[in-house]
Amino acid sequence: MKFDTPAGQNPIDQLKVVGKATDRIDGKYKTTGTAPYAYERHDVAANQAYGYVLGAGIDGKYKTTGTAPYAYERHDVAANQAYGYVLGAGIAKGRIRAIHSEAAKRAPGVLAIVTTLETPRLERGTMNAAYLFGGDRVQHYHQAIAVVVAETFEQARAAAFLVKVDYAPEAGKFDLATEAKGAPPAPGDSGEGSGGDGVERVGDFEGAFASAPMRFDETYTTADESHAMMEPHATVAAWDGDKVTLWTSNQMIGWGHGSMAKILGIPKENVRLDSPYVGGGFGGKLFVRADAVLAALGAKAARRPVKVALTRPLVANNTTHRPATIQRVRIGATEDGTITAIAHESTSGNLPDGDPETAVNQTKLLYAGANRMTAMKLAHLDLPEGNAMRAPGEAPGLMVLEVAMDEMAEKLGMDPVAFRIRNDTQTDPNKPDRKFSHRDLVGCLTRGAETFGWAKRNPKPGSVRDGHWLVGMGVAAAFRNNMVMKSGARVRLDAKGTVTVETDMTDIGTGSYTIIAQTAAEMMGVPLDRVVVRLGDSAFPVAAGSGGQWGANSSTSGVYAACVKLREAVAQRLGINSDDAVFVDGEVRSGNRAVPLGEAAQAGALTGEDSIEFGDLSKTYQQSTFGGHFVEVGVDVDTAEVRVRRMLAVCSAGRILNPKTARSQVIGGMTMGTGAALMEKLDVDTKRGFFANHDLAGYEVPVHADIPHQEVIFLDEVDPISSPMKAKGVGELGICGVGAAVANAVYNATGIRVRDYPITLDKLLDRMPEAA
Amino acid sequence: MKSFTYERPTSAAEAAAAVARTPNAKFIAGGTNLLDLMKLQIETPTHLVDVNGLGLDTIAATPEGGLRVGALVRNTDLAADARVRKDYAVLSRALLAGASGQLRNKATTAGNLLQRTRCPYFYDTAQACNKRAPGSGCSALDGVSRQLAVIGASEACIATHPGDMAVAMRVLDATVETIDAKGASRNIPIAEFHRLPGDRPEVDTTLAPGELITAVTLPKPLGGTHIYRKVRDRASYAYALVSVAAVVQPDGTGRAAFGGVAHKPWRVEAAEGAMAQGAKAVTAQAFAGAKPTHDNAYKLKLAERTLGAVLTEARA
Repeated sequence: MKFDTPAGQNPIDQLKVVGKATDRIDGKYKTTGTAPYAYERHDVAANQAYGYVLGAGIDGKYKTTGTAPYAYERHDVAANQAYGYVLGAGIAKGRIRAIHSEAAKRAPGVLAIVTTLETPRLERGTMNAAYLFGGDRVQHYHQAIAVVVAETFEQARAAAFLVKVDYAPEAGKFDLATEAKGAPPAPGDSGEGSGGDGVERVGDFEGAFASAPMRFDETYTTADESHAMMEPHATVAAWDGDKVTLWTSNQMIGWGHGSMAKILGIPKENVRLDSPYVGGGFGGKLFVRADAVLAALGAKAARRPVKVALTRPLVANNTTHRPATIQRVRIGATEDGTITAIAHESTSGNLPDGDPETAVNQTKLLYAGANRMTAMKLAHLDLPEGNAMRAPGEAPGLMVLEVAMDEMAEKLGMDPVAFRIRNDTQTDPNKPDRKFSHRDLVGCLTRGAETFGWAKRNPKPGSVRDGHWLVGMGVAAAFRNNMVMKSGARVRLDAKGTVTVETDMTDIGTGSYTIIAQTAAEMMGVPLDRVVVRLGDSAFPVAAGSGGQWGANSSTSGVYAACVKLREAVAQRLGINSDDAVFVDGEVRSGNRAVPLGEAAQAGALTGEDSIEFGDLSKTYQQSTFGGHFVEVGVDVDTAEVRVRRMLAVCSAGRILNPKTARSQVIGGMTMGTGAALMEKLDVDTKRGFFANHDLAGYEVPVHADIPHQEVIFLDEVDPISSPMKAKGVGELGICGVGAAVANAVYNATGIRVRDYPITLDKLLDRMPEAA
Repeated sequence: MKSFTYERPTSAAEAAAAVARTPNAKFIAGGTNLLDLMKLQIETPTHLVDVNGLGLDTIAATPEGGLRVGALVRNTDLAADARVRKDYAVLSRALLAGASGQLRNKATTAGNLLQRTRCPYFYDTAQACNKRAPGSGCSALDGVSRQLAVIGASEACIATHPGDMAVAMRVLDATVETIDAKGASRNIPIAEFHRLPGDRPEVDTTLAPGELITAVTLPKPLGGTHIYRKVRDRASYAYALVSVAAVVQPDGTGRAAFGGVAHKPWRVEAAEGAMAQGAKAVTAQAFAGAKPTHDNAYKLKLAERTLGAVLTEARA
């Protein structure tokens, strides 16, 4: 189905099932241990062995860590599974002279060892800068250098410690602040809906800024962050002749399918990926990683099914992360707060072939202003690969832009809500003829201000006290583009009236199963319990996958398209004109005739298969989602500990397909953004070139005690230009801007403006008021 | 994890003898730290002596008016004991500020005293660490050190003792009771139990090889106001940046020990004389000679301000 004109009235508008706050249909499986994660698929292949991936270690030392990750038990997918343990490089840059694995090969239970030296450098998959395996070069710390396969995980891990590696280390570049100085402008694309040229200009920024009566110019930094998802990357691999199946944990089956074929150098039809349940991804599982590659290589070498999970340290240093940035924002405005000039520049680092963090993207679209400039610079760093993490670009970009807006509002003597409203735009500031499909940022901010009690905020920083807490409120805008992606599905009706949906869409904890079931139920006029949803298998039609907050809207639109086909097939089978057929209450009705839906399939199942393909509406219109974040924090007057007290997000994001799962996404984003604002930071050892705090004790994310009452309001709206579902993405909107709202609240509480994030207490302490 | 043999003796003396006579043997109780370290091959014992069958899990009044806490009393039970909550509230609060409910259910009194540092370089076997691999050097000295020691450290090691319980025990002047392989027992004042790293950072305590902790004795109650204040980057389940265990008397005198700043719970009795004059006067003395790194210099100010907060709370 081609979607190239705005949606009119359609069956989804009935909202009998769609739009309801339905509990997640996979929830009972995920909370009772019956949803098998990749590592738990014990039944899919017989005789599974265990692989342990090795990363290199200086002077013959070797690197392993291990906790048994919860995704690791897909015991059902293959019998006789063995375990693989991945060894990661213990140097950040250089060559491997030799890997001595003789002792490990003789260790109890060991079935096979595959080292990078005996493997030619493998091709890279979709959108990856780092090579995953093969050859003697070490590009970054904990790059996979070997996998040890054994009968048990413990044997694989123990043997991995016997592998001795001889390195020839080389000097590397590890400090962004140093390397940023000579970094050239770089175009780039997050792969998730933001990107552009190295420098983009509208009007004459420099001239307008120089002549602006009110000017603001500050520089900020954001930290490297780890996805730190609950389930580490994990895969069970089994070969059948020259065909391989990977039961894995991946967000984008279509990408992964093609990437694995390319990496293994075999035809795509010989590769199958299956990822029905994913224990979190946040962008870290957009691409296949060393677990999948080394499970496949280990299984080939051991002639057994092999399961591999990356250990927690390898998640930090072997996989991707959100890169740190240095950002400069300049804003020129008239005295009444009208922006006349705005510039946003960002410098980040990456491996050669890596992209810049697209942190300036939102600044092209969020506020009005005739003269504009954005620029991205990219430094070469020999740290692990920087890549997409939840709202790449916007998350760190809004962290800075929305603090800059707060600072400028104060300079202007304006309320920060009013300053943002003053500079709202209903058209693309770069192309004034191009409208937003739907934009209600103003509604988000006004409704949020009213609900939150913004009027009670004391604009004078450091003036509100509650016991030993300094209390402050902060606001920020949320912005994230609405990406739409081609997405396919197959829907089958059987004689019992059961509707089965098959698509390679993934559910990464987001609620895909549920909203897809709701869509099919709505379209076919059946209750939810008559719908079966099967996801994540590359044998199913290729869907949008989970990334860039495009998944919900795109994948349900694909299911909508397939259901339209199925409705036609049903009508045809029943001899009804499909335009007249009404699908309701488990029946197909036309005029006086009412037939149970299942009857249409008495003579054999009926199938509808289609993809939604999006035309030029995303070019004709700018499609984005908006929000207003309101946060209250307390800062301990003595210790400068920051604790969030209240949070509210108001979202403008089209039709909300399921308020419960959507809310869950937004509060998850708010939680993650609070982490970025207050604690999350991969500590770079700039001498040795690695992230030192590579476990969940060292890399702190918010715990329950850090997160107070969170409220989410969805504005009641539809966006017919986006899709037949009239929905947009919300999976990343919640993280966009929330960190800035936290930071602005810290400023309001203390009068201290911290521009290096996260705002840990050491950055406040020197400027806190004298202790009592 | 390396293969190891295992035994489960039934008496403390037998356990001590077993560790003393077996090369590379270790005691195991709750296992909340040791098992993790074994999986990472940071600890590689070849023999484990499981002390969980020894009893040693009661809390009893002493003739001196104090409490004798068995080595195997779980952190949860110690924190919840009515006598501890009433007379040694600083200890109860310190315990509850540590780890998680699940870990406290497993962790023992003796094991908690013996937990090892959380320095990131100690945990990464590809990095130099004198505590893990004596003589290999210290990557933390010019590495990531925001969490690490500001005082009492050495050129060989800037690790901290990561615990909370021991800080409270230090302020209470607890005594560690042990038994050795010959069945002889001795009492080690808590002040002398943990070592400074010096040039032997691999040795955390003054226990002799095979010496087994059997109990920790708390002297008779001090009275006063008991406060444990732990400052960290998130609200729960994190190691202290700085913590303060304090007992403050109504006249403003008192005691204070600091966690998160040194290789051992840090208490300078001489500095406590200045308590009535305020936090600054105390920390100026207690942290005289501190040598922080660039990344952890904030801890000196934080220690002062945290003690200030504690004294404010005590006065309230």
